[in-house]
Amino acid sequence: MAELGVKIGKIKLKNPVMAASGTFGYAKEFEKLVNLKHIGAIITKTITLNPRQGNPMPRICETSAGMLNAIGLQNEGIDNFLKEKMPYLSKIGAPIIVSISGNNIDEFFILARRLDKIKSISGIELNISCPNIKCEGLVAQDTKETYEVVKAVRKITDKTIITKLSPNVTDIVGIAKAAENAGSDAVSLVNTFFGMAIDIDTRKPKLGNITGGLSGPCIKPIALRMVYEVSKNINIPVIGIGGIMNANDAIEFMIAGAVAIQVGTANFIEPGVCIKIVKGIEGYLKKHKIEKIEDIIGNLNIKN
Amino acid sequence: MKDIKARILLNRRIGLGYYKMSLDAPYIARTAKPGQFAQIKCSDSFEPLLRRPFSIHRVNRNIEILYETVGRGTEILSNKKEGDKIDVLGPLGNGFTLPRAMNGEPRAIIIAGGIGAAPLVYLAEELTKKKIKTIVLIGAKTKNLILCEKDFKKATPEVYVSTDDGTYGSQGFVSKLFHKILKTTESKFETIVYVCGPHEMLKCIADICQERKFECQVSLEEKMACGIGACLGCAVKTKSGNKLACKDGPIFNANELLW
Ligand SMILES: Cc1cc2nc3c(=O)[nH]c(=O)nc-3n(C[C@H](O)[C@H](O)[C@H](O)COP(=O)(O)OP(=O)(O)OC[C@H]3O[C@@H](n4cnc5c(N)ncnc54)[C@H](O)[C@@H]3O)c2cc1C
Ligand SMILES: Cc1cc2nc3c(=O)[nH]c(=O)nc-3n(C[C@H](O)[C@H](O)[C@H](O)COP(=O)(O)O)c2cc1C
Ligand code: FES
Repeated sequence: MAELGVKIGKIKLKNPVMAASGTFGYAKEFEKLVNLKHIGAIITKTITLNPRQGNPMPRICETSAGMLNAIGLQNEGIDNFLKEKMPYLSKIGAPIIVSISGNNIDEFFILARRLDKIKSISGIELNISCPNIKCEGLVAQDTKETYEVVKAVRKITDKTIITKLSPNVTDIVGIAKAAENAGSDAVSLVNTFFGMAIDIDTRKPKLGNITGGLSGPCIKPIALRMVYEVSKNINIPVIGIGGIMNANDAIEFMIAGAVAIQVGTANFIEPGVCIKIVKGIEGYLKKHKIEKIEDIIGNLNIKN
Repeated sequence: MKDIKARILLNRRIGLGYYKMSLDAPYIARTAKPGQFAQIKCSDSFEPLLRRPFSIHRVNRNIEILYETVGRGTEILSNKKEGDKIDVLGPLGNGFTLPRAMNGEPRAIIIAGGIGAAPLVYLAEELTKKKIKTIVLIGAKTKNLILCEKDFKKATPEVYVSTDDGTYGSQGFVSKLFHKILKTTESKFETIVYVCGPHEMLKCIADICQERKFECQVSLEEKMACGIGACLGCAVKTKSGNKLACKDGPIFNANELLW
């Protein structure tokens, strides 16, 4: 059987398929539908220091081959997370990566310091790219702020740090380099694209928050291009995200340079999709007589 | 809860824009409670992308759904053929809470507005099975949009109809009929009201129930992506904070809601 294992920072994944933050709840929601321990890694819904109510309804709206969301990081805060969600997550048997977001550097620091003490957490994903919280721009739109947030978290933890990047920038490579220079173990990209939709009969926005984040198959080509450019230009692993619906999509991202991938929106449509993608990748490697998944990573054939 | 590839046993137009579909999904049929729903993948392509929620209309060895064609997803569904297979995830949500019956007490009043009849037939069947005196009120815009009258009548003799235009039953909104029924059928027993329909109607019925101090269970609709409590897209504001229509609902106690 082909070797599917990959490494992200200190985390050894048995396969490169992860469930993306915000699309897999706290995993328990899927327990009856998916054999959770077979997923490469599970990234939990972004948590914040204090509970957040989230945005007004409607929070989701379907678009052509995609969806807009403006959930607004609804969560119960870190105390509740550690008490109510972590005990279950610890027992799953797949690496657990906790996604965090803060209103400022201090909040990122405090969150990371608390998670650092918990053994069953394998890594921390820094969500510096959520488009649905009201503040002046995103951390992930500024190289200096990105550097400082990552640096602050690096100081407090030796756990694997993944910095999640926004596609809503002119130069994503520059932001990725800032994360790398500050000591991030990996970058994951992309989060959702800013977007909106309008009901022309009522002339109302289709989202309560007016604008939201676009995800799903419609963003895949742009996400793929960004993964390609970033992975060529940095030396830490890139995790590819954006519109991955099946094994072929996942393999495309890996050929473009992603060491692992995350599945988001597809979980809503097919709860068992992560495992299906693992099996699909296995089948692909077998068909092409490739011994280990690492052999396809970044192995784009651009000769003519 | 299971994700099942179910064979379509029947998919028939039963009126203006309304269809009934029967699906070979024994697991869901065995486990579903009235008021629960299923997430159905209408299309094999990315158009539309997300599944669509439909109430469990009735169960026997199979499950039935009753749906109205309002957009792309339901349009595609209406063109499916017997023998086609579709992905059905269910049963989902909490379902109605049925009272414990004791010599005719309490009585139940079921109120259906338009396609809101869909989850209520199964409820009527279960209530009467428990020997709970059940009254059904059905409202619609006009005569040929009245749904499930026969099915309700099989469950209980007390079925009343109203149409907005007066072409069948009493004239006016179903809330007017509700007032009338309350006047003519005074009951010394406690009353529980179950209601599904357009949002304004739910609110209107809930207000009447509050005045009369009746328990009122409403079935809410929100846009859904996952249907299992993972995306947080279907939040409902309640007195005890945000709840999820797909997981904590779709059935809510009316006086819990911040309308
Ligand atoms: C828990 C639950 C149970 C439901 N049960 C049933 C049922 O038993 N039978 C049934 O026919 N429908 C039911 N619905 C509504 C059904 O899910 C929608 O009608 C369906 O999703 C529309 O899909 P579409 O692709 O055809 O329409 P779209 O193309 O998505 O939308 C077309 C039009 O319909 C409106 N619409 C879309 N979704 C809804 C909605 N949830 N409620 C009201 N209007 C909507 C849109 O605003 C738009 O104007 C239920 C909804 C929920 C949340
Ligand atoms: C409903 C929804 C909620 C999301 N919540 C979060 C979140 O809390 N934190 C985060 O980092 N990303 C969040 N995302 C972004 C996804 O993790 C992912 O980056 C994005 O959806 C693109 O991938 P996809 O096209 O496979 O969905 C969310 C996406 C959706 C659709
Ligand atoms: S539809 Fe996803 S949480 Fe309710």
